[in-house]
Amino acid sequence: MEPRYVMVLDTRRCVACSACVIVCKTENDVPEGGFRDWVVSETRGRFPALSTENRSLRCNHCAFAPCIDNCPTGASHRGPGGTVQIDRVKCTGCKNCISACPYDARFVHPRGFIDKCTFCMHRKGAYTACQTVCPTECIHFGDANDPGSEVSRLLATRDHKVVAPEAGTRPRVHYLV
Amino acid sequence: MNEIEILKATPHLAREHWWGWEIPVYLFLGGLAAGIMILTSVRVLRDPEGERSETFRLLSWLAPLVLSIGMFALWLDLERRWDVPRFYLAFRPKAPMSWGAWILLAVYPLVALFALGELRGRWRDRLAPRLRAVADWADAPAIKRRLAWGNAAVGTLLGIYTGVLLSAMSARPLWSSAVLGPLFLTSGGSTAAALMLLFRVDERERRGLSKLDLGLICMEVALLGLFFLNLMTGSDTSQRAGGLLLGGPYTASFFGLVVFGGLAVPLFGEAREMRGHNGSRWFLPLLILIGGLALRWILVAAGQASSWNAL
Repeated sequence: MEPRYVMVLDTRRCVACSACVIVCKTENDVPEGGFRDWVVSETRGRFPALSTENRSLRCNHCAFAPCIDNCPTGASHRGPGGTVQIDRVKCTGCKNCISACPYDARFVHPRGFIDKCTFCMHRKGAYTACQTVCPTECIHFGDANDPGSEVSRLLATRDHKVVAPEAGTRPRVHYLV
Repeated sequence: MNEIEILKATPHLAREHWWGWEIPVYLFLGGLAAGIMILTSVRVLRDPEGERSETFRLLSWLAPLVLSIGMFALWLDLERRWDVPRFYLAFRPKAPMSWGAWILLAVYPLVALFALGELRGRWRDRLAPRLRAVADWADAPAIKRRLAWGNAAVGTLLGIYTGVLLSAMSARPLWSSAVLGPLFLTSGGSTAAALMLLFRVDERERRGLSKLDLGLICMEVALLGLFFLNLMTGSDTSQRAGGLLLGGPYTASFFGLVVFGGLAVPLFGEAREMRGHNGSRWFLPLLILIGGLALRWILVAAGQASSWNAL
């Protein structure tokens, strides 16, 4: 069966250290001012009953990806394992996909193409760069079609959510809560 | 309390606009060209044998001219300008911009043939012999009628496309409305009539264009009402997006330039002209043109500020 790559992030372990952000910039040579992933820290409640949730965010590699639908040249396309990839040669930099992305996950690379998280597909579906450096091991990546994979086990046993499910894009980045 | 702090903020998360002046100018000029194509064609279809002033005939040439300026603005917006042929190496049926690129290929030959057929007298005499033969062919009644139908149909598609380009973006709640297509088409017709009124058309044509513009402005007001109704009766996300124009940072400019300057004043001014009060030939058409540009400019800017808050 064709793999279906997903990322699972444990919000109970994340300490918002931003190591994932920095290693992504180094691994993928992300230019100054651009980020393929970022971290938010959400605090809810009323003092003193406050709770904080940290989330490392990135492209959700949506199953229904509006960026692919709206790309006029086919530069945004479905890549290995159902990921969403950008063909830099085909991209004209029209920025339609930036408008189409509900997660604001894309930015203009100084070389003129649109850039975003690739799930480190240059590593051929092995560990992503952000996963390797996470000091709390809160980032998990793997094939959700493989029932024996760690991501399948976590999604089967833990409560989880996706960001803005109301956007209707069926994201493939899941957050354990 | 619910407070979100973004660590390592990127420019796009700070809601910086990725589309600048080029896109609203392109949408405005695209709508204007569509309006000119429709109005000049409908005139031919309604009264094939009727006399048209030389100015009115020459106005057909404005459509390819303003469209080309709009296309130039769109080209300037591309980050990789010399890769523009890539639009024609694929047809992506779900991508409105792909539709637009291919529609524009149909627009140029159609509008050029129609406009050639509209050249008469000294203008046709100045053409090279081969072009004159094409103009004679395009001016034959049966061909002219077909060209006018085609011109009006492609003009309508072009006008609707300028709105659909935005409304296809469900990620931007302000734009995600089926009303935008008809709204931009109507506004394109209204601004086209206003632009044509700036030229020295004859009195009968002037009255016809004023009357038509009055009707189009009324339709635009109704469509804007539906646009707001759709936003304000929608989800929390829609209402927040609508709030950008109703009580938010874009309210003063939208209501000042679009609703008051571009619709209300021209509506009352043209209604007065219908009753025989003649005003300045320039004032009302210029207000309508400024209002049409402001409509696109503000909607493009405000739409980029609207989002699902997906953090």
